[in-house]
Amino acid sequence: MATASTTQERAAELNVITRKQRSLWGDALYRLMRNKAAVVGLIVIAGAFLIAIFAPALAPYSPIEIPKNPASQMEPLWTGSKYTDPRYILGTDFLGRDIISRLIFASRISMVVGFVPTFIVFGLGVTVGMTAGFFGGWLDQLLMRFTDIIYAFPDFLFLLIIVASFRASPFGKLLDGLMLIFVAIAIVGWVGVARLTRGQVLSLKEREFVEAARSVGATPARIMFKHLFPNALAPLIVTAAFAVPSAILNEATLSFLGVGIIPPTPSWGQMINEGFPLFAANPWAVLLPAICISVVMLAFTFVGDGLRDALDPRMKT
Amino acid sequence: MLKYTIRRLLLMIPTLFFVALITFALAKAAPGSPFDKNPDKPPKQEIVDRWVKFYGLDKPVHEQFIMYMGNVLHLDFGTSIRRQRAVTEILAQGFPVTAQLGIQALILALAVALPLGVISALKQNTMVDYGSLFFATVGTTIPSFVMAIFFIYIFALGLHLFPITGWGTPQHMVMPTVILALGAAAFLARITRASMLEAIRQDYVRTARSKGLREQVVIVGHVLKNAMIPVATVVGPAAAALITGSFIIETFFSVPGIGREYILSITALDYPVIMATTLLYAFFIVVANLSVDLVYGMLDPRIKVAK
Repeated sequence: MATASTTQERAAELNVITRKQRSLWGDALYRLMRNKAAVVGLIVIAGAFLIAIFAPALAPYSPIEIPKNPASQMEPLWTGSKYTDPRYILGTDFLGRDIISRLIFASRISMVVGFVPTFIVFGLGVTVGMTAGFFGGWLDQLLMRFTDIIYAFPDFLFLLIIVASFRASPFGKLLDGLMLIFVAIAIVGWVGVARLTRGQVLSLKEREFVEAARSVGATPARIMFKHLFPNALAPLIVTAAFAVPSAILNEATLSFLGVGIIPPTPSWGQMINEGFPLFAANPWAVLLPAICISVVMLAFTFVGDGLRDALDPRMKT
Repeated sequence: MLKYTIRRLLLMIPTLFFVALITFALAKAAPGSPFDKNPDKPPKQEIVDRWVKFYGLDKPVHEQFIMYMGNVLHLDFGTSIRRQRAVTEILAQGFPVTAQLGIQALILALAVALPLGVISALKQNTMVDYGSLFFATVGTTIPSFVMAIFFIYIFALGLHLFPITGWGTPQHMVMPTVILALGAAAFLARITRASMLEAIRQDYVRTARSKGLREQVVIVGHVLKNAMIPVATVVGPAAAALITGSFIIETFFSVPGIGREYILSITALDYPVIMATTLLYAFFIVVANLSVDLVYGMLDPRIKVAK
């Protein structure tokens, strides 16, 4: 504090305009908010969250129930074709279910599947990575050998095998198959985060400030949480920002292949899977969920890019 | 270097062994049996018993695994349960298709990405640059099957330029190849641009300019040569991404490659095909990563291989 006030006094003496001091995080937030694409992304994500939370209030019809006198394969009203029904703005699917209601409820799956596995992945990955990097030894060796094996597995293939294997089990049916997807994404993803954290810790722990902390008698736990973790946080946040859309993509792809969310619960990938055989007859039943996926994925990418540039301007490409 | 290469080659063996072990364990843990996939016409019990015996499924799991690995050493990958044919035969039939699709896509991706990345770095912050950055962002973000939907809607249903699905004629190959290449091209263009920008700002480039070299010589001889090193190292992961991407594209466009075969066998719990395909893919990825590391060492003398 003393230095800050003296700096300001000195600035006043020299008649220089002083600027309010900003912390590292405040600075990053400022840079993020100046990035138009990132702000648009944040607004889209916030909107998607609101839609997901208030889905029951927003959706005009049930996303699951098949109506008594179904008007199936209706097209959106704006197409002006004779296969439209004023009750259904965006048309209906092959069973006559309202598409806009299904799209609204499907946003819940994407939002949840984006964030829950990311929390598991980072909780586990950061803990193991920090411990392995800090203490070395057998845990480190084990982690490195394990990552070698996991890296030989294409991510998506590993995910597919896990999901396909346990889909028919009672566990695979929990939460309409969502639980299995959470766990599978977490199993596949944590190793990469652990390896990233380990690398960060390895490079940080030789630096002077850690040596200084150690020399004044800081405990290993204090060094890990007070010195290493905050300094390793920036690249981890950026990785997490990209892990969210990647989890959303994985769910969508699994559901598209027919091994994701168990029908009739709607998910965007699921809707594409169901609509695709009749694509030529009613393209909008497929195009609309495809557009939803694209918009959400782009929003998360914009935020991720913005965060990366904001947290480390040197990384800016 | 030779010692390092041999060590890395030997390390491939335990890696692939564990990949096989994990896949085998997961496939065995799956509930259900490959013989009950047709609910309308369940096979007779005695026939199922005979099949179970034929595939050795009545033996303890560890014995099955040892037997399987023993056979794999003789390049015998067993018989597909779903198709009643030798797995090697199925893979031999599908592999050329997948390889052709993958190689076409990789060549297309490189042909688009390298010039695009180089030009946008040389013309940084111009419309060309923004255009190519936009392409790179969209290409890496939009999932391939979603992109495929838009392509089919525009080029097949709208303009009738290409058939929707199938394989064989050049017209059939255009859409799967382009869509598979798109993600890789976007990723490679981004890396090329970043790497070019990094190289342009180096001191040796300033030196080259200040000693009066022509701009062309500076760019080709000094910038490009150094900028390509990081690009070369990501071609491996990009190729791996193409391999993984080919599953979805092959399934989407009904391309008769091993990717589609794999998706079909996974839903049918056809263990022999799942095992063989996973091992094959893992083998390619390990080889791709190894060759990248070796090429990196050759391209950049600053990188010393740790002993």
